[in-house]
Amino acid sequence: MQEMSDRLLNNKAAASIAWAVLLLPPSTAIFVILSKFSVLHPIQTISECFSMLTSATAIFSFILLCGVIIMVGFLNFEYYTVIPTIACSKIALFGQLLHPRQLVNSLVHCIMGMIVAWCSAVTIGFRYETLGHPCAQTDGYHQMCLNEYHLILLLGGAFVGFSHSLLGVIHNMNYVSFHTVQQYKYLRFKGCLPLVVKCSATQALYSVRNFIVVYYFLGYIPRTWICKTLNLHLGSSAHPLDSIAGLLDLSLLYHLWISATFLLFTWYITLLLFRIFLTEHIHFRLNPTDHQILVLSFPKFQFLALQDLALLSQHSPLRRCEVFSLSQPGGHPHNWNAISKECLSLLADLTQRLVAYHDTVATNGRAKSLSSGSERKTSSETSGTLISQKWLSIPLTAPFTPDLDSPFMSPALRRLAAPVEQGSPWYGTVQSPHIMRRVKNFLAKRVLIVYLFNKLPEASSQALFADSQAHIWALEGLSYLVQASFSEDQFGVVQTTLPSILSCMLVLQEAVDRHFKLPHASSKPVRSTSSMGDSTYKTLRFALRATLKTAIYRITTTFGDHLNAVQLSAEHRKRLQQFLEYKE
Amino acid sequence: MCSLALFPPPLPYGQTTVCESNNELLSGSSTEDQLKQDFSPPSLSFPRESLKLHSRTENSSKAAFLDHSETLWMRSAAAWRDGGLTGLLNEITNSHPEVPKWLSMSSGCILALLQWVSSFHGSLFPHLTLSSEDMIAEFSQVLNWSDCVVRAFAWHPHTDKFAVALLDDSIKIYNPKSATTPTLKHRLQRNVAVVQWKPLCASALAVGCQNCLLVWHVDPCSLSTRPSAGCAHVLSHPGHAPVTSIAWSPSGSLLVSASPMDTAMMVWDVAAESCVPLQRVGGGGVTFLSWSPDGSHVLASTPSALFRVWETRMWTCERWPCIKGRCQSGCWSPDGSRLLFTVQDEAVIYSLTFTNTPAAVPSGTSKGPHAAVVVADLSETTFSTPDGDIIVGGEIQSLAWDPRGERLAVLLKGDPRAADRSPIIAVFKTRVSPIFELLPCGFVQGEPGAEPRLMQFHPNFRHGALLTVCWSSGRITHVPFYFLSASIPRLGLSGSPTLPHVQERPADFANQSLFTEFIS
Repeated sequence: MQEMSDRLLNNKAAASIAWAVLLLPPSTAIFVILSKFSVLHPIQTISECFSMLTSATAIFSFILLCGVIIMVGFLNFEYYTVIPTIACSKIALFGQLLHPRQLVNSLVHCIMGMIVAWCSAVTIGFRYETLGHPCAQTDGYHQMCLNEYHLILLLGGAFVGFSHSLLGVIHNMNYVSFHTVQQYKYLRFKGCLPLVVKCSATQALYSVRNFIVVYYFLGYIPRTWICKTLNLHLGSSAHPLDSIAGLLDLSLLYHLWISATFLLFTWYITLLLFRIFLTEHIHFRLNPTDHQILVLSFPKFQFLALQDLALLSQHSPLRRCEVFSLSQPGGHPHNWNAISKECLSLLADLTQRLVAYHDTVATNGRAKSLSSGSERKTSSETSGTLISQKWLSIPLTAPFTPDLDSPFMSPALRRLAAPVEQGSPWYGTVQSPHIMRRVKNFLAKRVLIVYLFNKLPEASSQALFADSQAHIWALEGLSYLVQASFSEDQFGVVQTTLPSILSCMLVLQEAVDRHFKLPHASSKPVRSTSSMGDSTYKTLRFALRATLKTAIYRITTTFGDHLNAVQLSAEHRKRLQQFLEYKE
Repeated sequence: MCSLALFPPPLPYGQTTVCESNNELLSGSSTEDQLKQDFSPPSLSFPRESLKLHSRTENSSKAAFLDHSETLWMRSAAAWRDGGLTGLLNEITNSHPEVPKWLSMSSGCILALLQWVSSFHGSLFPHLTLSSEDMIAEFSQVLNWSDCVVRAFAWHPHTDKFAVALLDDSIKIYNPKSATTPTLKHRLQRNVAVVQWKPLCASALAVGCQNCLLVWHVDPCSLSTRPSAGCAHVLSHPGHAPVTSIAWSPSGSLLVSASPMDTAMMVWDVAAESCVPLQRVGGGGVTFLSWSPDGSHVLASTPSALFRVWETRMWTCERWPCIKGRCQSGCWSPDGSRLLFTVQDEAVIYSLTFTNTPAAVPSGTSKGPHAAVVVADLSETTFSTPDGDIIVGGEIQSLAWDPRGERLAVLLKGDPRAADRSPIIAVFKTRVSPIFELLPCGFVQGEPGAEPRLMQFHPNFRHGALLTVCWSSGRITHVPFYFLSASIPRLGLSGSPTLPHVQERPADFANQSLFTEFIS
């Protein structure tokens, strides 16, 4: 089973990388045309482009680019996640950035950025082509001088690659979200293409701006180092490029920007294709020998299986019929039992998590409680769902993710975080400049600590609902199946579990309602549109709340007064009555 | 084919349609004659005088202040903020004494070029030159929208409450079971074109208006009469305004919205506030949307002579070019198998059938028919009444089909210039299965001088169908159609399809030629 799921995911990743490589020639051709274009000689440009594209160096650099794309695709596959890691404080974010795994990622991206930049330098040709060029010194000897234009392009590529990797962590770019709207792969790709172009152009602009600032101040360090190691001389004729006059070269800025755009565009396209291929709907077989796929789901597969469940329950009467069927010898509804058990345990897990969180908050964090990372671990273990630990928290950041009761957020620190009260003995009594300075230093340190350790608003709520896409599908799948059972379930297999489904949903509804009464839980996050990072995880809790209500309404609207015959506790019946009267 | 000539003549002057009972429309001399029934939703009236309208139409208060000379920079910045690039160019062109001659010349040239390009674009799609208010009026399902007191109306899909959008940009929610009448107002809620309640939800109301889409959450248990603006979520996408039509999926999970300015139709995941644009270039925009009750298809009409039918599993579409004009209105049968639609400048109703492929086949798209069939001819017909000849018929403004598929209401536009040709609602009796039938029922008329503007069927009226009509006078009335549902299959019909159905109808219809699928 494990091998099968791995093979399927590998195939998807390989297909996406293959498509990314196939799309490389057209994007390279556009890059060549844009980088060499001159308004005054359009025909000359075209002929130059043709001779360039057929030359040997172009083919060599093209092979290098293919290698880079394959590497990027591999990194995407290796680092992706369907449950985002949400940093609850700045220090946790730094922890993520400094994680060895992330450092490796950054380094590889840095090198790949440099390779792409070398390829684009060769492609652009002109003054960017080589690192050294012969120059005449004053005493008449010919020697090799450093070509700073080539160097700045290479460093720019490395910088853009590095910042791409950092932003990937900050914007959760490795998070793959599933769309509510199913579309064919080609149409989805076509729809997203303008966004990718826009994102890569704007991101390249920001990265190049930052790079120029960095190069202006620190550019001499790599330059002298390169000169020393390669025994090159500094050209004396031109402006050094880390001066204002040197950097105010429009053609240089344009070439920096266009090569950064090209780099980001090819990488984003790879990422986009990977996401599209990975989130594509897979049909699972549902026959009794195979139904373990939902029960023993392997982590990366569970989401795809749940997505399939939600879709089949909604769209395919034939497959619903299979769910409601009885096993041939024995007459047991194995399929339905497996599905309902798995979905209910998922929902119960979420309820438990929410109640535990609420208790922690209600006692103001004083009560001894587990950090949310490990708490989730225990609850998922007890309920039998197998969500990969790798998804839940990267080991190093685990102690940092909890916010309220993090080991760093001691009561003493909390007192420090509060502003100096006006009536306190500190206020107004401090006059000596010496003491003032000490206080200032102390405050500055404190501000830094507070900045690092203070929890980000809503982050804890987001972290709590990080994997809620699974719960949303479970709710949809269950409610659609129950709705269909009203007319399609011949043997009444659903009826036996209807009370537990209803009570599970109502308990969850209560827990979610209580959670949304907490501060920050119901505040809407700001949406950023011009980033390749997917911010769906920020609104998952709202989606879950809406889906939960709709799911309960779907059942009550279908069954109506028949629900009065279902065995429920008095409290749940009261709540259900609210739904039957459309008062929720 | 069913035509207006088969209809009973309109009521004499002063008579009002009260209800349908025992297969005939009953009339009374005033609205007070309404039969008292166990369920009677409130009949409301919004006189135009009672509304506090905006005294000014522009949103800038520039005209109220004295002219004040500012520097060129300040004026340019203001022009950029208010009018974008064209505003800036206009400002530079118009202030020649202060700017160098070459600058004003060149900006004048650029402005002329821009205008030329936009007029070229406008000549391809003439609707793009309309102002957003005119555009809503042009593509709205409401007759004469800009002059209408009640601009939009929506029944809640599961309960007896309804929302009414008024000329003063407020929305009121009436619930017969509750004494409070919440009034919804929002800064961005201007020129409401359409409202619709979310299915499988008690509280969410989507509002399509001039600049954006709003989703209100009106707590049914709350006693507040003015829910705060915090109860509304604003959904907007650049270039997607004005919103002229919205449709919730019957499962309540998605919302689609359309704007004639945007060639993409937006599919919103409302809770996550994210949208997926479904872009198709042909047509120049999307004007009207209708989601089939079974959730499998969405009708999307464009300002050109073209409409699309999307299937909602993989979101692919079929193109349906019309011969004459754009698709003005459409409605789906309850099982989603049949689409009735009307085309601008034509007085007929067309029908399309869709057979759902078994959903286990992953290929998604459903194979539809190859051409639409004309099922009703509503061209002008003269009725002689005691008050003189009345001409009824012509172009169709909107269609409404009751949720059981037994009554079809057609709002005829009439002719605003001719006094004897006022708008009127014609109602057909329909049957969807086993075969499609269309029979005349009668005309629905209001008080003297009141013209129908907007109509909608109650989504779950137990005794038949309940048609709610909003009149030009600001009154909202409900016309019940009492009948026993024929959804129980009768013997003989299913057995022999070649049996002429004409004979099975009541005797007074037996001698008329009616539309059934076999005759057409």
